[in-house]
Amino acid sequence: MSERNNERLSVFKTYKLYVGGKFPRSESGRVYEVTDSKGKWLANAPQSSRKDARDAVVAARKAFGGWSGATAYNRGQILYRVAEMLEGRKAQFAREVADAEGLSKSRAAEQVDAAIDRWVWYAGWTDKIAQVVGGGNPVAGPYFNLSSPEPTGVVTVLAPQESSFLGLVSVLAPVIATGNTAIVVASEKAPLPALSLGEVLATSDVPGGVVNVLSGRTAEIATPLAAHQDVNAIDLAGADDVLAKELEIAAADNLKRVLRPQPVDDWSATPGTDRMTAFLETKTVWHPTGSLGASGSAY
Amino acid sequence: MASAFEYAPAPESRSVVDIAPSYGLFIDGEFTEAADGRVFKTVSPSTEEVLSEIAQAGSEDVERAVKAARRAFEKWSALPGSERAKYLFRIARIIQERSRELAVLETLDNGKPIKETRDADLPLVAAHFFYYAGWADKLDHAGFGASPKPLGVAGQVIPWNFPLLMLAWKIAPALATGNTVVLKPAETTPLTALFFADICRQAGLPRGVVNILPGYGDTGAALVGHPDVNKVAFTGSTAVGKEIARTVAGTRKKLTLELGGKGANIVFDDAPIDQAVEGIVSGIFFNQGQVCCAGSRLLIQESIQDELLDSLKRRLSTLRLGDPLDKNTDIGAINSEEQLTRITSLVEQGEAEGAERWSPACELPSAGYWFAPTLFTNVTQAHTIARDEIFGPVLSVLTFRTPDEAVAKANNSQYGLSAGIWTEKGSRILAVANKLRAGVVWSNTFNKFDPTSPFGGYKESGFGREGGRHGLEAYLDV
Repeated sequence: MSERNNERLSVFKTYKLYVGGKFPRSESGRVYEVTDSKGKWLANAPQSSRKDARDAVVAARKAFGGWSGATAYNRGQILYRVAEMLEGRKAQFAREVADAEGLSKSRAAEQVDAAIDRWVWYAGWTDKIAQVVGGGNPVAGPYFNLSSPEPTGVVTVLAPQESSFLGLVSVLAPVIATGNTAIVVASEKAPLPALSLGEVLATSDVPGGVVNVLSGRTAEIATPLAAHQDVNAIDLAGADDVLAKELEIAAADNLKRVLRPQPVDDWSATPGTDRMTAFLETKTVWHPTGSLGASGSAY
Repeated sequence: MASAFEYAPAPESRSVVDIAPSYGLFIDGEFTEAADGRVFKTVSPSTEEVLSEIAQAGSEDVERAVKAARRAFEKWSALPGSERAKYLFRIARIIQERSRELAVLETLDNGKPIKETRDADLPLVAAHFFYYAGWADKLDHAGFGASPKPLGVAGQVIPWNFPLLMLAWKIAPALATGNTVVLKPAETTPLTALFFADICRQAGLPRGVVNILPGYGDTGAALVGHPDVNKVAFTGSTAVGKEIARTVAGTRKKLTLELGGKGANIVFDDAPIDQAVEGIVSGIFFNQGQVCCAGSRLLIQESIQDELLDSLKRRLSTLRLGDPLDKNTDIGAINSEEQLTRITSLVEQGEAEGAERWSPACELPSAGYWFAPTLFTNVTQAHTIARDEIFGPVLSVLTFRTPDEAVAKANNSQYGLSAGIWTEKGSRILAVANKLRAGVVWSNTFNKFDPTSPFGGYKESGFGREGGRHGLEAYLDV
């Protein structure tokens, strides 16, 4: 990406975190070198600290009420808007994915296309999931009884390490589609597509704080997040077995919902609903139906 | 208030149940002694009479039981769903036939009133088996994809507050989906689980499909930590739930937890007072308040505080505490000395922190474990009795002025299991229900249960749902 041509020197991008709708550097002032698959320097990415993680939790919590309270239709349109914005920046993401994963231009473009289509897929789910997983329950008594899914809350997402963009979108989109807010820890080796995604989200009507993107050492950032008392759930997709176990133990402290890492051969396969239901709670509301007697009165 | 009528004793006969002097573990279809020969006594909490001596399972017994369940799994999971269904239907029917016997037994071993075991526990137990029986051959249509697979051996640990009902909540969906189980009942209430073992025999259930291991916490720990267990289901305290979550970390065991609660029961100024009072009473005094979803925090809109509290106190004065086998008894015994000590200490802490304690005039029997219905006013959110689960007949009263304040106070808890809303205004019910972070919301009613209705918590009240279509997921590889 740092290509030089004869006429002019290119302008490098300073990659920054995306927290609470803003683009801060790490409060620690640290960066780390990101290289392409051949070891060529691409950029210095922020190396997030515990404090950055905590700031992201505050931002995500603050955004939760508004995002979970938005209509499902509204969330669907906003997710679709993300796809629209990405469509116009395909070339940039294809280049970043190619560099990050050592893919050919066309293979990288396929990954980006699939990621855009994934946003569209989840955009359509926002106002359907409640009908698929919720519903009325025929209780044996004069009660109206309805179960509905609700978002779990603030979810930490450890993005897959290998699939820097399609994998990232595949774990992030289902979390926010249902009304959760997210703290995403980008692929450690290949964080640039994730950091660039923050720029897309910022211009897609996604309210600030709904998605927060951190780059750096996965274990360093994930450890305080797994233990954080105001985080409700954690997706361990980007953790190896040893780290995943440590984080799951830490997560037990406030009984976070934990999605363990599962082997994924092909991120482009059609996802099921599992990544949505993993971060949904079921609320069941009862009310007496009463009965209309001869007088027509309830009760 | 003096009672208007005296009640003559109306005891349910205990001759309907024949309790043997000792019981073994139930492993692989046989009753057997513990490998190390250990036993413990189970007592009736209302009299402290020893009911029976029970074999206490150790880790060697856990090993045997898990092996038996593993052996049984292959055939059981391969049975056509329609055949598994028929076993479960048989069990449901036998429970109905033997429901009076089981109700009396439960009341003896647990201390709760016969009125409750007869009219709530047992009908729900039978209904639960009947409901999940019907799912066994319809799993393709449950919304988990075609031919969802069972997990394998389920290790299940249940509490003492609804011994047989919690057994039903665990075993019925596990068997319907093709799993086999090893279940540990609570150490203070092992009897109905052991009678259930006999029902499995009567139903002709293949050996090893259900194994029952009475014991203490160490037995439960050995069970959930066993490497050949594929699924862990636990109902009990949040502290133990967290320990179990740590134990299964890094394994492939699927986990569901149904833990503590501190349910807010919110009464708005337009609520029908008499109905609300009944709901408040059943919310916190049902089963002596030893209910995870109890409405243990009463939030009253300030303008009706006096009227509601007067009415509530009047009603509490009519509750009859005493012999759990008496059909007129409203409040039975606390389940154990240990639990009584915990309740007593939290109540003392409530007084020490400045809340105002009130109980109706209430004579406690001289033997057994008893605690009078208790109400605390002048409670703030910072008080221990407003935050910690007491698991006893103790109600903490707080007030609010606006719906927003009610919601904020209701949600100000590490727990999120249940909540209640009392108001005549439909839109307010829906708005408040929508904002409450709780798994079950009862509006203008409380403590209603049904096998078709998913039950379970938000936050530190645990995860996963029991009951309904949702309850199948916990036992399927999905």
